[in-house]
Amino acid sequence: MAAIDMKNIVKQYGDGFPAVNDISIDVADGEFMILVGPSGCGKSTLLRMIVGLEDITSGDMMIGDKRVNDLAPRDRNLAMVFQNYALYPHLTVYENIAFPLRLAKESDDEVDKKVRAASKTLELDEHLDRKPGNLSGGQRQRVAMGRAIVREADAFLFDEPLSNLDAKLRGQMRTEISRLQKRLGITTVYVTHDQTEAMTLGDRVAVLKRGVLQQLATPRELYENPGNLFVAGFIGSPPMNFLPATVEGTSVKLPFGSVQISPEKAAKAEGRGLLMAGIRPEYFEDASVKTDPTGGSTFRAEVDTVEWLGNETYAYIPFEAPPEVEEQLRQLERDLDGESLRTQLVVSLDGASRIQEGEEAEIWVDGSKIHLFDPATGENLTVDRDNAGRILDHATEQAAEQQAEQDAVAG
Amino acid sequence: MNATRNRIGTAIGFVLILVWCLLPVVWIISLSFKSAAETGVGSPQFLPKDPTLQNYRDILTDNDFLDALRNSFGIALIATFLSVILATLAAYAIARLEFRGKRAVLSLALAIAMFPVVSLVGPLFDMWRTLHLFNTWPGLIIPYMSFTLPLAIWTLSAFFREIPWEMEQAAQVDGATSWQAFRKVIVPLAAPGVFTAAILTFFFAWNEFVLAISLTSTTRSRTVPAQMSFFVGPDPFNPPYGQLATASVVVTVPIIIIVLLFQRKIVAGLTSGAVKG
Repeated sequence: MAAIDMKNIVKQYGDGFPAVNDISIDVADGEFMILVGPSGCGKSTLLRMIVGLEDITSGDMMIGDKRVNDLAPRDRNLAMVFQNYALYPHLTVYENIAFPLRLAKESDDEVDKKVRAASKTLELDEHLDRKPGNLSGGQRQRVAMGRAIVREADAFLFDEPLSNLDAKLRGQMRTEISRLQKRLGITTVYVTHDQTEAMTLGDRVAVLKRGVLQQLATPRELYENPGNLFVAGFIGSPPMNFLPATVEGTSVKLPFGSVQISPEKAAKAEGRGLLMAGIRPEYFEDASVKTDPTGGSTFRAEVDTVEWLGNETYAYIPFEAPPEVEEQLRQLERDLDGESLRTQLVVSLDGASRIQEGEEAEIWVDGSKIHLFDPATGENLTVDRDNAGRILDHATEQAAEQQAEQDAVAG
Repeated sequence: MNATRNRIGTAIGFVLILVWCLLPVVWIISLSFKSAAETGVGSPQFLPKDPTLQNYRDILTDNDFLDALRNSFGIALIATFLSVILATLAAYAIARLEFRGKRAVLSLALAIAMFPVVSLVGPLFDMWRTLHLFNTWPGLIIPYMSFTLPLAIWTLSAFFREIPWEMEQAAQVDGATSWQAFRKVIVPLAAPGVFTAAILTFFFAWNEFVLAISLTSTTRSRTVPAQMSFFVGPDPFNPPYGQLATASVVVTVPIIIIVLLFQRKIVAGLTSGAVKG
């Protein structure tokens, strides 16, 4: 077991495009680290650089105390589970799991002992003599994990291991992976584009966008203190609402009405003109259901569509946004791999809410949890830096650029 | 109603194809059991009137023919073996690596495959005489390899392309060297392709006639197809049909056995199950 330390890792392809741009992540020994982001953000490339399937353009990749930049994959002693499992179809499940041990020239007794132990852990005992082609998706997934856990690797690497499974199985395997990792206590780096997996599995989560690390923090910190618009929009389902807002004193003026915020937050956003307010759907409530509507504000709005899910209700309220906000929202949607649809507010209400479609309803909102973003840079102005992990923000970005320029001049 | 009509149509089609393909073979087998007298009478009937094994006895005691058989086996097997090994390595490089002149290699290989064999007989004859390769095994093995390599490379590179690259990467992460990954994962997965290429190469070398007759002079290296053209018998107007047919049967049997053996190996869809399903 070992820690993995990535220092200023850069991956540049032949055409000069930086797929991974100056990323530094320290994965502690035994930590479960998630790399998450939309497709094309460089998360898989980064993982493949850790394992050695992709060359590192610059930076240092440290596993334990050893710099592994120039080591072949087989010399790094890492185990990896591939997205499509990459099982060997000509070998039985037993031999698939035994493959790394056979390569290490272990004795037959030793191989048998370890394979049986792994298969017991993963409940594969009855399938050991079958070929991967005859297994179901979940079983193949387990075989791939068996091949990873059978050897005493320094770390596990997962490349979107659950994306080929159906929703129910994905949930089960997710808990399975989590349990296994906790039990083995092995350093793990896990790549996913699914924010649910990121939130539930990770000790810490690294959010990436176009090859740049946006924020590195615990799931709770990411959820409560997103460093910028991108992280805010990426983490959480349904996603955070972004509304045009202006701050006057301690009240934030939104398209539907004014909401009170704390004086500290208001001070940070003072005199910035038009801002974007980020409010999670779950910070809203149906005012008629809310038993204790203190500490927040209420507003009236016409509900366009209602989705009743039993335990909760999603209500959709369309609004008009000024062009500069709309442009930013459209850009954000593109970054998140989404379609830019009309601007609307999604609110998550209690399942007991009786609001009907087309009705004007009174909605309560918790003003203390509002975040205010700079629409030009996307920076979160009201972030609580002590509880937000490491954030890429405008200041650090500029500092990095200046540093790069200085280096260029010096070099 | 439609289903039965379909089935009947399919059955009729099968019978037609079988008759079309197998009638000549049956005719040869039947001929091989006829005596010289019977084949010489002008309008011999389909089945032998008086089946005899004399032709087989004659053929299998004919030292020239046995030498030719030995040459055929040796030359065809060696050519196949070398050609498949070279083609496997070349095809793997073509499928996996990016290098300058990759397209050129592939097009050149195709051009060689299209080259008419006959046009090379003259130059090869001259070259082989100078290089002392005339009437030797290598003298036939080398041209056979160069004519079968293109096809083998094309077949195999198609197979290699089908194998997900992740297989190999997984093997490397599991601790394999590139060579181990190739040998333990890629080659077994490409086995159907390797066997297909082997069969095609073997057929070519086994059946080849033009080079075999032009580049050999004695039974030291003459192969069966060439040797059979020397079965003239005492009367030039009355070739020994029975013996020719017998020789044909004798050289066809190994081919059939090989096909049946390899057919088991050519299991389609071996890679299914490697990736998501």
